[in-house]
Order: sequence, then structure tokens, then C-alpha cells
Amino acid sequence: MTGATLTQSGGHHALRFFLLRTLQFIAVLATTLLGLVAVTFFIGRIVPIDPVIAIVGDRAPPHVYARVRQELGLDLPMIQQFWIYLKKAISGDFGNSVLTTNPVMTDIINVFPATLELATLGTIIGCLVGIPLGVLAAVKRGSLVDQFVRVLGLVGYSVPIFWLGLMALLLFYAKLGWVEGPGRLDVTYSYMYTPVTGIVLIDTLMQGQMDAFWNAVSHIILPTCLLGYFSLAYISRMTRSFMLNELAQEYVIAARVKGLSEIKVIWRHALRNAAVPLVTVIALSYAHLLEGSVLTETIFAWPGLGQYITNSLQNADMNAVLGGTLVIGTAFVILNLLSDLLYRLLDPRTR
Amino acid sequence: MKKLPKFFLSAAFAATMATSFSAVMAATPPDTLVQAWQIDDITSLDPAEIFEFSNSEIAGNTYERLINYDPKDVSKIYGEVAESWTVSPDGKTFTFKIRQGKKFASGNPLTAEDVVFSFQRAILLDKSPAFILGQFGLSKDNVKDKIKQSGPFEVTMELDKAYAPTFVLYCMTSTVASVVDKKLALQNEKDGDFGYNWLKTHYAGSGPFAIRDWKANEVVVLERNPNSDKKTPLARVIYRHIKETATQRLLLEKGDVDIARNLNPQELEAVAKNPDIKIQNGPKGTVYYLGLNQKNPNLAKPEVRQALKWLVDYSAIADTIMKNKGEVHQAFLPKGFLGAINDNPYKLDVAKAKELLAKAGLKDGFSVTMDTRSTPEITGIAQAIQTTFAQAGVKVEIIPGDSKQTLTKYRARQHDIYIGNWGADYQDPNTNADTFAANDDNSDNAKAKPLAWRNAWDPGPLTAKTRAAVLERDAEKRADMYRDLQKAVLEDGPYVTFLQQIEVIATRKNVDGVVIGPSFDMNSVIQAKKN
Repeated sequence: MTGATLTQSGGHHALRFFLLRTLQFIAVLATTLLGLVAVTFFIGRIVPIDPVIAIVGDRAPPHVYARVRQELGLDLPMIQQFWIYLKKAISGDFGNSVLTTNPVMTDIINVFPATLELATLGTIIGCLVGIPLGVLAAVKRGSLVDQFVRVLGLVGYSVPIFWLGLMALLLFYAKLGWVEGPGRLDVTYSYMYTPVTGIVLIDTLMQGQMDAFWNAVSHIILPTCLLGYFSLAYISRMTRSFMLNELAQEYVIAARVKGLSEIKVIWRHALRNAAVPLVTVIALSYAHLLEGSVLTETIFAWPGLGQYITNSLQNADMNAVLGGTLVIGTAFVILNLLSDLLYRLLDPRTR
Repeated sequence: MKKLPKFFLSAAFAATMATSFSAVMAATPPDTLVQAWQIDDITSLDPAEIFEFSNSEIAGNTYERLINYDPKDVSKIYGEVAESWTVSPDGKTFTFKIRQGKKFASGNPLTAEDVVFSFQRAILLDKSPAFILGQFGLSKDNVKDKIKQSGPFEVTMELDKAYAPTFVLYCMTSTVASVVDKKLALQNEKDGDFGYNWLKTHYAGSGPFAIRDWKANEVVVLERNPNSDKKTPLARVIYRHIKETATQRLLLEKGDVDIARNLNPQELEAVAKNPDIKIQNGPKGTVYYLGLNQKNPNLAKPEVRQALKWLVDYSAIADTIMKNKGEVHQAFLPKGFLGAINDNPYKLDVAKAKELLAKAGLKDGFSVTMDTRSTPEITGIAQAIQTTFAQAGVKVEIIPGDSKQTLTKYRARQHDIYIGNWGADYQDPNTNADTFAANDDNSDNAKAKPLAWRNAWDPGPLTAKTRAAVLERDAEKRADMYRDLQKAVLEDGPYVTFLQQIEVIATRKNVDGVVIGPSFDMNSVIQAKKN
């Protein structure tokens, strides 16, 4: 075969793969979301909390209570309630949150960027620091470096984020004054820009509000470092074990015999292969942060998805909980697809 | 969720806080007051619907009511939007003269038309607090005839009975009696909703501050209303939603907020030592009580109800768990209300309790469950009560739960003992008498479900006495009637009332003029200033 036909058939192949993947993705997304909605919906209806109280309060006269109960459709059989919800959801109406009174999707559009901002930066920090540390620990197995990385990982695993967050605030915000405190922006800057993407760092930068931008940076450093540390703890441990696995392979010995420099052997050959399973690890860790780290958001007064869903759950605000669950479910499926695609790029055997 | 043992946290805190803060001090702008507060209870900003703590306070600073009272002396009632009022000889018709020259924040003049509109819309919308106005016989069908404009600055209101005038007037001081800008509300009306869907998130009032912004679970911003006849020293008040109390404390100590609203007793004690911070408090019209479900055969015995009242260490709870946040109080009317009694006859007396239990045929005690909201305070109270109850052989099993969850159970009368707190809906004694001492129908599907109903208690003749007290027009006689009601409930009622709430706030030293009133809608920042 000539080189030209090779690429052509390769192109066809890629296209077919892409189409197949897209169809598969839609199918997976639809079934996942349907399952999620069903489970969340029925759990929400079984929870022994009366959602009507969240709307009318404890003092409402009985007739007001009864009216709202009827408005919510809670007097209908559960299956019928589910069917009504599903029909509306398919047409894009996820109902209103009873707590904020906004349509659920409006609320999520408001809170999700805050979480996205934190989770993305946290994951970037986790990767940038965690992968090299993991590689180092694997290469220098049993050395002081390895021990250090192990302890670092262990601490990240076992210390409650709640406590670490408060301590970090006490030290860097209250005592040293190096960073700004809880919240996304100082009140003075809050009205200096128009929210467009909802991500404060991007909005302030695009509108040239540099003071507000640096203030936002100063606010976000601590929570992202904290989340970064937790994802680093996980990523470095996983990198280490994947690397150990790769370093024991014959191709590594072969590369060394060929006389390649140790740097090339480790970073180009071994890591390249370890990267394949690592992608899944990173995607999972990112998805986990996207769920919203409730405790981090609470301590840092960060109005994100985690706080929103928890608060809604405590008030049996089921529309909000369902909406939030759907968004997280979608994020999981998308990240899964992305890591699948990356797999193919990184691992020629899967092509 | 991961939770740390409390001692670990506080020890770590104490160690780090022991050293002083750095000189780098953040500060809030001098014309802006920033408060850290848990404001996730706000679901609406429409005065016809507002009925939670946070939004009541915001309404109190941004809307004007027909009548108001002095937060320092509740008995001093004065006209706010009303200039004066008269009551017809038969006691059934109230005529209010409206002050002239008032303007809404929108610039629209405030007239009798706005007052009539506001009251009518509250009844017609029929949201939770509408009953406060509805109790005078106003309903959707008759409100247009009963509340009428009788001149450009005069409103008349016709009642179904000759109620005690103070009862009527106190109801006019509640948030639901706020005056709404008719023109502005109707400009935003949709499908005949009197502007309700718009007003839920917007503002149409005449108060000293105007609501500029509300982001749910994030922030409420008030700004000075230039059209108001009361000039506020501050240009802006910002309420930041800070859920975590430790975070509130950090922000306050650092100077990034001027007031922290939800500090717990330990945190209050710690910040009190900071020379830049001061503590301010005021008694609230909220009482804490145990509700004893009379469907439980043991709790239904009068001697058992009595015994349990002798088995609470009242002062220990007030002095430790609720230090700075409550004082011993045993009657159902909070201190400050007409006729409230404060003699607190009960104290911890195990011998007496044992005697009473023996009389009830329960000499070895009995087992009972207690539904407890898992907040640190309520859990602490529950544990203290568990300990003292055990001394007479009453074994309490604490069932922890989320607040809405335990409340759902309580409202369905499925508890044994419930730890509740009850805040007055308005400043007249009928508000608590009506719920603690009256129960018109104790059957499972009753129409009205007061606290007496929730505890399955039939107060017998007390119900009629409560209904009579609200019609007594002589203030002294009326006060006596409420004293009798409280004594009867203290003696025999299914409630062990043990505490009256004190609201405490921690403020920066330079903040002055914040008023902590007896109810949440009387917490005022109108005269607040920063030196």
C-alpha cells in the first residue's frame, strides 16, 4: 500500500470512529441521565422532609399549606409526578427552585462557574505538581524523596479539608495577610464588572478591571491550592504506581540498552505509557472536584454548586437537587468521553 | 461529610489565635456597613410573603409599616405611615389618617391608595403571613369592602368583632402591613398577580434604605433611599451570606466585615477579648420549649408532665450551652409582652420529680425518644436534658435529624418529645396564647394546627379563655387574663418551656447605632454609623 491510501483509510476510520463515538455518547448520556433522574427523584420523594414547609414556612395557615402542596403536585401518585417532571425536563423546563425562586437552570448557571473555576485551577495544580512528584517517587523508589511524597499524599488523604482550610485561612489570611479571605471578591470590586461567563477571573480580565482581577486572584489562591493539594495527593500516588509498573517493563530495559539518556527513558518513554491510565485518574479527580467540594465552598464562602445542592437537599428543594444532579451527571459522562478520546490519542493500540 | 471532634478544632484555634493578628488590616469602606450572616432562609422580598428571619429584618429597614413601636419599649406604639387613628365607639371600625408628603424610593408619592392596595393585596395573595391581617374577619371575598379609602389621605378598616385595640394595632406593626408602591407594583403586574412575581426579587418601598440587589445565598445590598424623610448616616449596608461561623469570626477579626451575626457561645467569648470588637445583645420574643406529645400514654399523665418540669437544670442550660444567647424563662409569653410572667417557678428537683413519677405509677421511670435538630446548640441542650431526666429514671433516646426533617415529624404528631423554639409572629400576646393555650379541634384532620394540636393536647376551657382575651378592651383586665392562661399552662400544659432567646451580635468597635429589637423585623441599621 502506498502512504497516501494509508492516510485515507486512516481518515475514514477516524471519521467512522468519531460518528460511532458520538452516537454511543448520546446513548450513554441519555441512559445515565434517565437513571440519575429516576433514582434522585424517588429518593427525594421518600426523604422524610416536607418540601412544602420550605416554601410556606412553619407558620402558614392550613389552607395556604394545602394550596401549595397541590401546586407542587405532591398530592398526585408518585409515578404521575415523575412523568410530569420528565415531560417538562425533556422540553428544557427543570422547574423552579423553591429556595431562590429562580428557574433551576438559571441558578445553576449562576453557581456552576464558581465551582468550575475552582475545580479547573485545582486540577491544573494537582497535575502540574502531582505528576512530576509521582514520577520522582517512582524513579527514586525507597529514597527520601519517595518517603516525602508518600507522607505528602497521606496527609492530603487523611486530614479533613475542613480543618486544613480553616488553618490555611488563619495563617495566610488572618495572620500573615498574604491573601484575601473568604468570598470571591471584595465588596468594593463586586460591582465593578458585568458578569458574562460567570468566571470572575475571566470576566474581570476581559473587561480590563485589573484591580478587581488581582483581587479575585488573591481570593482564589487559597481554595484552589487546597483543592490542588487534595487532587495532587491522589494523582501523585497513582502516577507513582503506574510509573513503577512501566519502569519494570522490558521496553524500558531495551531503551536503556540502546543507550538513551535516563531523562528520555523516564519522561518520554515510561511516562508516555503511564499517561494512558493516568488520564482516567485525572478525569475522575476533576469530575470529583466539579461535584463541588461542599466543605471548601462552605469555609471559603464560595457560592458554588456543592453548597447549592447541599442547601437544597436540606430543604427538600427537589427541583434544585435534580437539576444539580443532572449537571454533575452530564459532566461525568463528558469527561469520560474526553478521556476515552485521549486514550486513543495516547495509546496507538486502541486505534 | 467529614467532621472533626470539636475539642480538636477549638484547641487548634486557641493555639493559633493566641498570637496577635498582623498589622495588615483590611477595612470596609467608611460609608458601608458589611455584615456576615446566614441568609439562606430568604425566599422572597415581597412584604406580603416575607415570614423568615433574614427577610423580615431586611423589610424592617426598607419598608414602612402603618404603625410601629419603640424597640426599647414595646408598649409605646406610634404611627409610621399613619399620622393618627381613631376607633369607632362600637370598636369595629378603625380610621387611619395617612401622613402627607411621604415618597417612595421610586419618587411616587405615598397616599391612602397605596395603603389600601397593600392591605388588599396581602389578603388577596394569601401567602403565609396573610392570616395576621385576616384574623379580623378579612377574606378574599370581603376585603375590598372592609378596607377602603375614605379620602386622599384616609383609610378605614372594618372588623368583624370589637377586638382589643392594641391587638389590632400590633398586627399593623408586622411586616405584612408594610406599605407597597402601588404604581410601581402594578407596572410590573403579570396575570393579575399584583406584581407579586416581580416583587419577590425587587423593591417597591418607602423605607430609609432601598434594596438594590439580592443574590440568593450570596448577598443582599441596601442603599440609602434619597426620597426617605429619615436620613441614614450610612450610604450602604451589605449582608454577606457566610454559612460557616468560624469564617464569620475570621472576617470580623480581620476587619473584612463590620458585624458577625451567628457566632456560637465559644466564639463570642473569644472575640470579646479582642479590643477591636464589642458584643451587643437584646432579648428576642422567641422561647425554647420541649413539646410533650400527649399521644404517648406516659407523657399524657399530668404527674409526668409536672415531673419533667422539675427535671430540667434550667440555669445550667442558660449559663453554659446557651451562655450569652438565652436566659431562663418558663412562661409561654416572652418577657416584654403584655401580661408576661417571669417568676420561673421550676428548678431541678429530682426528689420531687421522683415523687410525682411514683404517683403516676412510674416509680422506675420510663423510656422515651426526643427528636433533636443536629445543631450544636440543640444537641447540647438535648444532652443536658437527657442527663437530668436520667436521674429520675427517665431514659431519653435522642433521635438526631435535620431541622426540616424533625419539623416534618413534629407537624405530623409523630414525636414523643420535640425540642422546639417559637418566635412571636407579632407583638401582641395573642400570638403565643393562640398557639400554646388554644386548640379548637384535637382530631387528626383538624383545620387549624397550633402547637397545642401538634402535641395532641386539648386545653379544655383555656381555648375559650384565649378567644375571650383577644376581645377584652380593658388593657389591665386583658393582661390579667394572659397571666391566668400562662399559669394554667405552666402548671398543666404539655410544654417544658425553659429559655428565652437573646440575640447577640459581635461588631467592630467603630460601629454604633445598630439596634437589636425584640423581633427580627425590629433589628435596625437605620441609625447605624461608623466612627
